[in-house]
Amino acid sequence: MLEYLAIIITAIFVNNIVFSQFLGICPFLGVSSKLTNAVGMGIAVMVVTVISTLVTSLLQNLVLVPLEMEYMQTILFILVIAALVQMLEIIMKKVSPGLYVALGVFLPLITTNCAVLGVAIMVTQKGMSLGESVVYAFATAVGFMMALAIFAGIREQLELADVPRPMRGVPVALITAGILAMAFMGFAGIG
Amino acid sequence: MVIVLTVTTMAAGFLLGFVYRSTAEARDKAANDKLVAAVSTVVSGFDNDPVAECTTVSVGNRQYTVYPARKGDALTGCAVESSSDKGFSGRITIVVGFDREGNILGYDVTSHAETPGLGAKMGEWFRGEGPRSVVGRNPKAAPLRVSKDGGNVDGITAATISSRAFLEAVNSAAEAADTYYSQFTK
Amino acid sequence: MNFFKTIYRSAVLENPTFVLLLGMCPTLGTTSSAINGMSMGLATTGVLICSNGAISAIKNLVPDKIRIPVYIVVIATFVTLLQMLMQAYTPALNESLGIFIPLIVVNCILLGRAEAFASRNNVISSIADGIGAGLGFTVALTLLGACREFLGSGSIASLSIFPESWGALLFILAPGAFIMLGFLIAIYRYLRR
Repeated sequence: MLEYLAIIITAIFVNNIVFSQFLGICPFLGVSSKLTNAVGMGIAVMVVTVISTLVTSLLQNLVLVPLEMEYMQTILFILVIAALVQMLEIIMKKVSPGLYVALGVFLPLITTNCAVLGVAIMVTQKGMSLGESVVYAFATAVGFMMALAIFAGIREQLELADVPRPMRGVPVALITAGILAMAFMGFAGIG
Repeated sequence: MVIVLTVTTMAAGFLLGFVYRSTAEARDKAANDKLVAAVSTVVSGFDNDPVAECTTVSVGNRQYTVYPARKGDALTGCAVESSSDKGFSGRITIVVGFDREGNILGYDVTSHAETPGLGAKMGEWFRGEGPRSVVGRNPKAAPLRVSKDGGNVDGITAATISSRAFLEAVNSAAEAADTYYSQFTK
Repeated sequence: MNFFKTIYRSAVLENPTFVLLLGMCPTLGTTSSAINGMSMGLATTGVLICSNGAISAIKNLVPDKIRIPVYIVVIATFVTLLQMLMQAYTPALNESLGIFIPLIVVNCILLGRAEAFASRNNVISSIADGIGAGLGFTVALTLLGACREFLGSGSIASLSIFPESWGALLFILAPGAFIMLGFLIAIYRYLRR
């Protein structure tokens, strides 16, 4: 139990996927201008990351390693993620149109979210067990959502600030993210 | 539709399989070269192939790879691969060389993800002059500790966590070397 | 002439980093030094040229509905090829770029150029587009890496300019990546105005 707790705390705070591993930056900058969008994107990423990590680590251990075809890892993993995103989109449309309206727009963006593929590859590189992989994927996604939500909250306020013209928009957002990353450095070394 | 996708994937698979096989030798050589280089920096004066003769020893529930260094028939020392997960960011893997008495001959950091400019200095720092050096010390007598924890090794300035993790890896390597020697003499 | 015009447009006017803001993850993650940034840029450029050329060559054979998965497979193939070659011939570089090599697959620049350019143009201009976008990306990464390395450790491409202890370490660490990129984009915008 204790090692799972360590994985969760490390993945959310110490090695935050956005602020210390630099993964998932595109949606972090793209979908963080409003708090509601940020939370929607966060939930969509969480669902996809957990399911895709489960599927890819099963595939890695049951198919690629026995066949000695580890070199197909990148192709197979990205196809699994792309197929999964498509399937989720179809299922969501049928089962819960309300949810589809809320989250659907974020789904196509997730295929090229490097956090999803990054987590799938990292758990195989770290040699995690299936249970650890899923917990790690979930915690990483929580960290992603938290980063997105904090950042969106700040950006909503930033809109009201008088910023020099060339700095408006993305540049000042990046500098804000840098200051947030400094705050997250305080967690380093724990765990 | 499905056919096009299948054909593309299969073509990709064949191409990759082919390149995978044709570069396999070069990849193994690159990995082996790195290990050979690391082992020969930490022990010296051997005339065997320590990497080819490697064995594993277990201390507690951990496994260590030991590379024995021989001159003629006599065992002159060994290099031990050891790691610590207590680094500032992730695992630190090192190779440490010991003589037959367990004195440290040298070390090499083979992989780490420590902060550049701080913890990442450990590759050079613990080889330096004076109380920061671990070379020549014997962790068997007393495990190495940074001076902050009451030991006598000066840790890297502003990177105590990395220094602690490094010394932990060195100490466990020493235990493994000791275990290896006692098994060898038996 | 058109060939060079395409390169110029893709590299400067539509610079992937400073204008389109694509491929931010490797931009921030691998630029702790000028050499690392440049290597990542060149690796991406290599894949981009190959994938743009290949996708443009097969564009008429692929049904519209499944073009994205096919493009992804093509890109992933070239990325895996690159990864194998790097493991074999430049193992140290492969280690320092780490997970960002397989993650070239999900670099938005590649799929973006495939979709926006290679699927609509002939092979030669698609290759020109690949060279241009790759060059723009490489220059941006090298510049960012050089600035961070210079401010953080007082050297550029490992050549010492002022003593290391004068450097502001922050710029090599994670926050410095965000802050430096923010300033570089602002400077680019100011100059282009």
